[in-house]
Amino acid sequence: MLEGRGLTKSYWVKRNTGLLARRSRLHAVDDVSVQLRAGAVTAVVGESGSGKTTVARLLARIVKPDAGDVLLDGKVVAAARTRSFAAQVQMVFQDPFASLNPVHKVRHHLARPLEIHHTADGDVEAAIRQLLHRVALDPPAKYADKFPHELSGGQRQRVAIARALAVRPRVLLADEPVSMLDVSIRLGVLNLLADLRDRERLAILYVTHDIASARYLADTIVVMYAGQLVESAPSVALTDSPAHPYTQLLLSAAPDPDRLEPPTLAARGAPPSLLAPPPGCRFHPRCPHVMEICKRMAPPTVTVATAHAAACWLHVDSANGVVDGVGVTPATSPSPQREAEVQRPP
Amino acid sequence: MSGPGVSALTSPGSSDAPEFAPGGDVDPVLEIKGLSVDYGFGDNAVHAVAECDLTLGRGRVLGLAGESGSGKSTLAMAAIRLLRSPGVITGGEVLFHSKRTSAGEPTPTLDLLAAGEEELRAVRWSEIAIVLQSALNALNPVSTIGAQFDELLATHRPELNRASRRDRAGELLELVGMTADRLRSYPHEMSGGMRQRAMIAMALALDPQVMILDEPTTALDVVTQREILEELMGLRDRLGFAALFITHDLSLLVEFADDIAVMYAGRLMERAPAASLFRAPRLPYTYGLLHCFPPMHGERYRMEGIPGSPPDLRDLPPGCAFHPRCKWAIPQCRQDVPKLEPLAGSPREVACWLHRGTATAPPELMLPDPTAVRTRSVSVIETSGERAV
Repeated sequence: MLEGRGLTKSYWVKRNTGLLARRSRLHAVDDVSVQLRAGAVTAVVGESGSGKTTVARLLARIVKPDAGDVLLDGKVVAAARTRSFAAQVQMVFQDPFASLNPVHKVRHHLARPLEIHHTADGDVEAAIRQLLHRVALDPPAKYADKFPHELSGGQRQRVAIARALAVRPRVLLADEPVSMLDVSIRLGVLNLLADLRDRERLAILYVTHDIASARYLADTIVVMYAGQLVESAPSVALTDSPAHPYTQLLLSAAPDPDRLEPPTLAARGAPPSLLAPPPGCRFHPRCPHVMEICKRMAPPTVTVATAHAAACWLHVDSANGVVDGVGVTPATSPSPQREAEVQRPP
Repeated sequence: MSGPGVSALTSPGSSDAPEFAPGGDVDPVLEIKGLSVDYGFGDNAVHAVAECDLTLGRGRVLGLAGESGSGKSTLAMAAIRLLRSPGVITGGEVLFHSKRTSAGEPTPTLDLLAAGEEELRAVRWSEIAIVLQSALNALNPVSTIGAQFDELLATHRPELNRASRRDRAGELLELVGMTADRLRSYPHEMSGGMRQRAMIAMALALDPQVMILDEPTTALDVVTQREILEELMGLRDRLGFAALFITHDLSLLVEFADDIAVMYAGRLMERAPAASLFRAPRLPYTYGLLHCFPPMHGERYRMEGIPGSPPDLRDLPPGCAFHPRCKWAIPQCRQDVPKLEPLAGSPREVACWLHRGTATAPPELMLPDPTAVRTRSVSVIETSGERAV
């Protein structure tokens, strides 16, 4: 439905001061293509600085790409962020404490988009009630007259989602929607996004650093590293048999209480500077499987299984470029299911 | 350790303390008893921490888990007297059982809450060090890492000259996986992970017996987080300090802590060995919290988390603060506040009416203790005066 094709964005940053001052190019996002489908959640997973938020902003047309196109229903969207585009693609931001105006009540936050986009069918009050009901803020009358500071973090994020829903969008771009929330209420917001996907067939982009929550919510996961896509696959396939060494590293580092043995990190070190990314594969300085070719040439994206693609030389047969798939061991072995689940009485 | 107003006392437990007990509970290094902290005075006071009892065993890692606002940081800050106003300690005692004997005196025990400034100064940083969440705020932005080490060592180790202070600082940085040339760097020139490592090196500088880790890796990426925690636990095994590890991420504690205490709305609600708490929680809140972390393996299934949201400390519900969100609440939960009490026949403590015999606990909260308990190897190198690095 919404598609980004070859999106590239770099920022100019100032380095040093005085006589030594110069500007250098920071490659935030480099040739990234993602597709969002109706009724599906696509998760973008990566560390801070990997460019995942920039991808969401590029798709929302908040940031203009240096190269690449945003396509809606197969048609290239004009560079300007038009009202008709905004009516179809909406964004939910990370910090619900900052994204709501503290001097306005919930009613105002929801009434504005309803009025501007004429989506209330004449009855703004009824539309507000219905929106609050959709995000499970019941009874709606109780919440409409509250100020943001009177709500908890989870409730605030629900208001932010309701505001995005007010224009009846078909695509929701959620940038770390639960990372600022308390652990015990995160699942509630994730389940709300899942319900919107299932009941209303929304296409949802879920940007996160938490690969476990991406596995829980998303249908497809794409992994970003240093501004580039390194792997994309159906979420269970990606977490159960990761093909790219960076995905394996992420999985070995993620907290996992089910693990029986202490994990060994698949690699060490930190992501490269985006001002001068290393030549070849950007992961090669940290990669445990690094080969000569990785240092010279950027890897092509190859299909390693059905709908499972990775940008890694390990999967390219050097002779004819066909998929190899051998020589990569999954970072995690499936562990027995949680005892609590097994022993739960019927 | 004498004089008017000084409250160095010798508790019966520490005078004949064993050298080191792997069980941990036998040899406490920090004992918090009935600690209560309010924010503000009088009728407007908010009870941020209420009657908390917590014991940190020598060489152990005690995880303190809870959501934001549950009082876990307040508890730790109050225990080492770093609480800022309007926080007020309204009761309790915090006993620090020092291992060091100065000039052959018996092992001193110090009540940190009653101690004077001079006594506190002797203990702070040299015996109890702290690593905070935001190293960028904790480090001085206008001086180099080296200068900050130098100041620290010059204050606490006056016998060292400038050259040996610099050598020592370099040693410490290497201990946490950095190179000594980083001493010339300013905090802003380093990545978040490096700053946190420098912070940990600084906390280790005086070979403390207790480390308070207040969300030490929350602002970091998962890979850096695991690297730093693995290093910390390796250092713990080598140097033998005890750690109070505060975090909201229960799944992390299951991997890194020996024991876990769970806080909710200012009260300690459950305390158990990490594996027992994870495999067989007894408290409905812990059970719910464990089901908030989607698993990394197996079938995906819908999880519900915990309904509702954490209570407002200004307006706590009567009885157990968790009862409005608890699906197993019984009438008693709405009236009386449960106390943290040991559970018969196990090393755990729980504050829940479901386990007091008057009610039948649901089978989810009665899972058997895991038999094969995974334990971290604890091999402590005795450090007395001189550091064994």
